[in-house]
Amino acid sequence: MSVAETIGDENSLADAEPLLRVEGLKMHFPVTEGLFMRRTVGHVKAVDGVSFTIAPGETLGLVGESGCGKTTVGRCILRLENPGAGKVVFAGTDIAGMKASEISKLRQDVQVIFQDPFSSLNPRQKIGSIISEPLRVHGIIKDPTKRRERVAELLRICGLNPRFADRYPHEMSGGQRQRVGIARALSVNPKFIVCDEAVSALDVSIQAQVINLLEDLREQFNFSYLFIAHDLSVVRHICHRVAVMYLGKIAELADCDELFDNPRHPYTQALLSAVPVPDPTVEEARSHQILEGEVPSPMNPPSGCVFHPRCPQAIETCRREVPELQEFSPGHMVACPVVLGK
Amino acid sequence: MGFASKNRVTNPKFWEASGGWSLDSLLEITDLTTEFDTSDGVVRAVGGISYSVGVGEVVAIVGESGCGKSVGAMSILRLIPEPPGRIAKGQVLFEGRDLLKLSNAEIRDVRGRDIAMVFQEPMTSLNPVLSIGRQLTETLLRHTDMSESQAKDRALDLLRQVGISDPARRLTQYPHHLSGGMRQRAMIAMALCCEPKLIIADEPTTALDVTIQAQILELMKDLSERLGVAQLIITHNLGVVARYAKRVNVMYAGKIVEMGTAKEIYHHPRHPYTLGLLASVPRLDQPRGTILIPIEGQPPDLTRLDEGCAFRPRCRFATDRCAYEIPELESVAGDHMSACWQHEDLDQKKGTAA
Repeated sequence: MSVAETIGDENSLADAEPLLRVEGLKMHFPVTEGLFMRRTVGHVKAVDGVSFTIAPGETLGLVGESGCGKTTVGRCILRLENPGAGKVVFAGTDIAGMKASEISKLRQDVQVIFQDPFSSLNPRQKIGSIISEPLRVHGIIKDPTKRRERVAELLRICGLNPRFADRYPHEMSGGQRQRVGIARALSVNPKFIVCDEAVSALDVSIQAQVINLLEDLREQFNFSYLFIAHDLSVVRHICHRVAVMYLGKIAELADCDELFDNPRHPYTQALLSAVPVPDPTVEEARSHQILEGEVPSPMNPPSGCVFHPRCPQAIETCRREVPELQEFSPGHMVACPVVLGK
Repeated sequence: MGFASKNRVTNPKFWEASGGWSLDSLLEITDLTTEFDTSDGVVRAVGGISYSVGVGEVVAIVGESGCGKSVGAMSILRLIPEPPGRIAKGQVLFEGRDLLKLSNAEIRDVRGRDIAMVFQEPMTSLNPVLSIGRQLTETLLRHTDMSESQAKDRALDLLRQVGISDPARRLTQYPHHLSGGMRQRAMIAMALCCEPKLIIADEPTTALDVTIQAQILELMKDLSERLGVAQLIITHNLGVVARYAKRVNVMYAGKIVEMGTAKEIYHHPRHPYTLGLLASVPRLDQPRGTILIPIEGQPPDLTRLDEGCAFRPRCRFATDRCAYEIPELESVAGDHMSACWQHEDLDQKKGTAA
């Protein structure tokens, strides 16, 4: 994939009709107490008003630290959670109120690759059966012989030997299992794949193999990814646009290069400064902005801007008013009154 | 190991002048070999490694999962469960004493007092049923003559040093009351309590978020500069190493394949594995179109190593010689060593093969 091609893609992406539109998505989980008389004592505001769009063929990165709600956003899109409020419109239909039969149909178009290649494959199922199950369940290929052929083809696409179909997951390494997870996601020809920390559990040399595979597949089949990750270097490598989440809200959303070259939100700036670069000379020259404190509890988030207790630039307004995600420059959205000059 | 050397390290001017280096070695490991008996045969997790850590120096051991970096570090303090494991041979000289020859009682005196350890998982390495205060004072009471109230004061002071807010309350709390970053700080406080000369940190920040990782790294760096504690940091994260360590040992399949100063290793890697690692990591400071060059294949099965170089099946530069002769660590330039037959002309070949 040449650089020029990628840039060309991006320009056309901006005009395209979004494949997925998430609007004001909220997901609050009740916290209960008591053994017999269960009562709700509060809510964990895992996702608290998140909006974004993804165009066909586009990869949106969703980054943030643990507990910021990025995985819950992914699960809502897959309808593994029923969103509490807001809309998730996929290819023109709102998936929030879907019936079970419709959800099954949705999952032909929306697939997922999970983080842990060890717990996301059934240890008692052979690889061939794992990959062909979606084909069988959705009735895409009914003839078993043809199904086997398709499995072999999928394994080849993902860089595995077709003979692996007869193996069990424990006979494979982490990187190979992750390829099986990818082959399973590809089996139904999805339009959209949620990658939830898909490369985080892998060693660097294997991680690069899987990143390259994901990129090749995107080019070959033109699907969209929601790439959920905490590793900013990987996100920068693979994504077209990036949304930075903090405590259930999007702090900043922009084109990949714009976000990494000109981060505006104080949280994004601190996050980027915290990522070490594998080069001692660069590291010596960099100034490290160390954030004080820790992420507050999502059960009892701070008033106003959720980031204000840790923010080096916080002003009085931040304590009182919840900032809206607003356009700072074309395509670059920031939720920060200081940056937006208010 | 006299007073002079200690003063030199604690003296910041000397620290600057020597670039973080010290000539005296605190820890000297020679030909350390650790094996495990498994149902598939003997696994030589650490296959004869030799390196040293100077007084007050920060040394990193880098490698991927299963390369033996943790087992190598655990072997220093003899924390390998026997059976199935055993330290088959080698020497671990700490201040001139061979730790492998000490009696069990003697090694227990070394653990926590002279050499302390910080583990990766602060949740599993702290005792969940003992308060933080109890766990901190336990080490002090074991190794020093302090009374309980003195130990408590020291524990308070330590928690303050590692940046834990409200230390008096924390002392009475249990590990589950603390967040991941806090627990790791408590672990570091625990490691520091007897003023050890060396801290072995096994993936100290891997379980933490980046902003917390940055806090912990800054803390450890500050401690090593302020207190002159040497550190052996074990990690797979090349970024952490670059920010933090002065010298680096790269491990692959139980052996050190390259060692040198961090700058030498990152700017002029002389082993194909190091070269491959650096090319396969995405970097924040590179243009986005940069193509990642993965290392093809998988790490080898340690029960089935043959007489050749273990990296050969994945190596772009392998020759016939690599198949039947294991390369030893050889000096490339001064202290920069590489275990590769091709190390001399790797620079030229790099361009043609890539």
